[in-house]
Amino acid sequence: MNKIELEHVSYVYGPGTPFEKKALDDVTLGIRAGCITGVIGHTGSGKSTMMQLLNGLSAPTDGRVLLDGYDINGTPEQLFDQLRDLPEFRGLSRRALKKAVKAEIIKRRRALCFRVGLVMQYPEYQLFEESVSRDIAFGPQNMGLDEEEIKARVLEAAKFTGISPELLEKSPFDLSGGQKRRVALAGVIAMRPEVLVLDEPAAGLDPQGRDFIFEGISRYQKETGTTVLIVSHSMEDMARYCDDMIVMANGRLLMQGGCKEVFARISELSKVGLDIPQITQLIALLRERGLEIPADIYTVEDAVAAVRRALEGRKEERA
Amino acid sequence: MSEAYIHTEELCFSYVDADGRSENRALNGISVDIQKGEYVAVLGHNGSGKSTFAKLLNLILEPTSGRLVIDGVEMTGRELSDEEVLQLRRKVGMVFQNPDNQLVATIVEEDVAFGPENLGVPHPELRERVDGALSAVDMTDFAQHEPHRLSGGQKQRVAIAGIIAMMPECIIFDESTAMLDPIGRKEVLDAIRMLNRERGITVLNITHYMNEAAMADRILVISDGRLLMDGTPDEIFARRDELQEAGLEVPQCAALIHRLREAGIPIEGDRISTVEGCADMIVDYFQKRA
Amino acid sequence: MKGVAFGQYYAAESPIHRLDPRAKVIMAILYIVCTFLCKNLAGFIALVASALLLTLFSKIPLRLILRSLRPILVIIIFTSIINVFMTRGEVLLTPESWKIKIYAEGLWNALFMILRISILIIGTGIFLTYTTTPIALTDALEYLLSPLKVFKAPVHDFAMMMTIALRFIPTLTEETEKIMNAQKARGADFTTGSLIKRAKALIPILIPLFVSAFNRAFDLASAMECRCYHGGKGRTRLNVLHYRAVDFVAMMLVVAFGVGLFFLNRYGFGYTLS
Repeated sequence: MNKIELEHVSYVYGPGTPFEKKALDDVTLGIRAGCITGVIGHTGSGKSTMMQLLNGLSAPTDGRVLLDGYDINGTPEQLFDQLRDLPEFRGLSRRALKKAVKAEIIKRRRALCFRVGLVMQYPEYQLFEESVSRDIAFGPQNMGLDEEEIKARVLEAAKFTGISPELLEKSPFDLSGGQKRRVALAGVIAMRPEVLVLDEPAAGLDPQGRDFIFEGISRYQKETGTTVLIVSHSMEDMARYCDDMIVMANGRLLMQGGCKEVFARISELSKVGLDIPQITQLIALLRERGLEIPADIYTVEDAVAAVRRALEGRKEERA
Repeated sequence: MSEAYIHTEELCFSYVDADGRSENRALNGISVDIQKGEYVAVLGHNGSGKSTFAKLLNLILEPTSGRLVIDGVEMTGRELSDEEVLQLRRKVGMVFQNPDNQLVATIVEEDVAFGPENLGVPHPELRERVDGALSAVDMTDFAQHEPHRLSGGQKQRVAIAGIIAMMPECIIFDESTAMLDPIGRKEVLDAIRMLNRERGITVLNITHYMNEAAMADRILVISDGRLLMDGTPDEIFARRDELQEAGLEVPQCAALIHRLREAGIPIEGDRISTVEGCADMIVDYFQKRA
Repeated sequence: MKGVAFGQYYAAESPIHRLDPRAKVIMAILYIVCTFLCKNLAGFIALVASALLLTLFSKIPLRLILRSLRPILVIIIFTSIINVFMTRGEVLLTPESWKIKIYAEGLWNALFMILRISILIIGTGIFLTYTTTPIALTDALEYLLSPLKVFKAPVHDFAMMMTIALRFIPTLTEETEKIMNAQKARGADFTTGSLIKRAKALIPILIPLFVSAFNRAFDLASAMECRCYHGGKGRTRLNVLHYRAVDFVAMMLVVAFGVGLFFLNRYGFGYTLS
């Protein structure tokens, strides 16, 4: 089942100005529920713009964005038929129903950012509270939850992102870069979104910081079954953590599918200038030089297994 | 008197906390010699002290103790005149991490001119230097652009041009690629390599990207304010476990060789820092077995 | 927000755009003097004609120029009302129920005041903000004020501050937008609620913005030090301003216009301001 669907979505920046730019051009795609989907592409490929359409920060110039089949930017007229059958609207007069539908749409639009949590690029810039726990609580507070619930959620989010309890009472400005990043991530996780969207969550972090973030996301996804979208430049990370992949280029959808399917078309990826995992480059070199190793290898684990298999194959030949 | 271009002995630096009492040791006695024309990568995880080390080399931070000699000039243990500090900063330029925070002027060519202007370079040499620096990083077409309309990689190249225009002998790149996308990173790394190979500029690239460090002639690994390792990329990547303890990880190809050896496949050779080297080693092993 | 950030500069290729910014600053001052020299109808007709001519030459759309008057509309209305009711002379109109009389002089005075203020604004706009980039303006001011350096006035430092501010306005504008989006993504609401609630809602934007601005300032200071910045002493400049003949001609034209107005004052016609 698709959690999110984009139907012929286009987005134009600054229409009618000298800086007019088509960031998204007729994109149609679906994102599977309960999976980690990686979105890759260059700066300017439209991937960051696409992320902002998912939680209603911006609306597409053209096309529809569907969340569980519901057009998040739909007008009352467009959505009337879909919403009229809600159980709580039963027995309302036509006029009252129209009014109720309108109110329902506004309510849903307001709640959208809680359902689709967006972690922006370099999110540590958004920290502002005097303590880490209060900063994480900002989202849940805006949801109007009660104190007890907020507290529970802060602790839960801190646990997922590996923030130790003694850090919770510190000022977020006293933390290291990697810790700040995790606090920002916890601030979105604490809203318990159905969809978690992350824009370059590991940008600028060292290997340890990066692993911490990705492991946290991966653990959170496994335990809660949340649908996760990760935007990244790093195919190596994508190969390691994602189930599905979406490849964008120049505002268009270039490829979509399972990780294996996408990586199988690796020559096309390098054509649009994306970095291919080093290990895949190595495998390509080995194949060129006559070793019988399958081409679709993009993690070190797979490479180890493939080289061993190739060696064993030789042994058998000799025998 | 040592021959090295940069010579440090037991270089230390401590940050003093806001309350003025507790000290925070960021650098704990680094002794190293860097020769003229070398391309050195300084590796370390965030907070390892690698950036502090870089900032000491052109006295943006002042060493708490230890000795620093640059190009034969003693930089520690005495009062330096303003003129001497200016001379040092002209010789040892620095490119920072955030491309937005180091461009001063509102037009690209004026920003490139900022350094030489400060040095009082007269016309027409000033114009020649600016044009030369812009063409060296392939940004001539953008001379009249506004910096905020450029991509990250382009901004960083403008920053490099601004340093080149001061005619430095050494350039320190303080995580200059950390905030860039792969294309921007490649642009900057190409520029760095060109400066080192074609112009003989001594390069120190402070980074935590292993693939980037592999491009250098030599790698220094800093951990907890100490120099942990010093060697060629091949030598360093062979010491995977120590790197891991220092919060770093070897590139995928080197990891593969390590994993194969652990699995009882004794692949010979030591060229594990490049993809080609690893491929050669594996192919050799296959041929030997055949 | 962006309109404020980038000033009113209107990019075009016009003779006025091409003038030396220092010449334009001087001309703007001279032109302001001209507006005050005008005393009678003939003078004001000449003044209006000159303003129209300038607009034509600058290639700036008339509607854009008229828009620049909007912020001072209140002042214009206020001064004209004062003039209409406060000037005494020949009675023009005395509605029976009114306590105040309206005099012809009052109407003339009001008209002249409106013209004077409007043309003052239009003139400085055409000479300075519309046709000169903020950075060129900063340069011009640094040059023109440089004699004050004798008195230890921090002219260079001021110009450097202006340059840096202009350089960082777009960066910080972008950053504000980014932070706003990030907080909106956490459910922050900036548009509804009482005034106090809305002011409070700005805290999550202002604090990160200040923190980031300070960080940028520290970084920038380090970078400038690394590039051997040590104040204005001994600095050379890449782009030096050069007066051309046309700059002097243009300045002389404004002076000539002023002299012309002076004589129109004496020998002109129409109602004269007392």
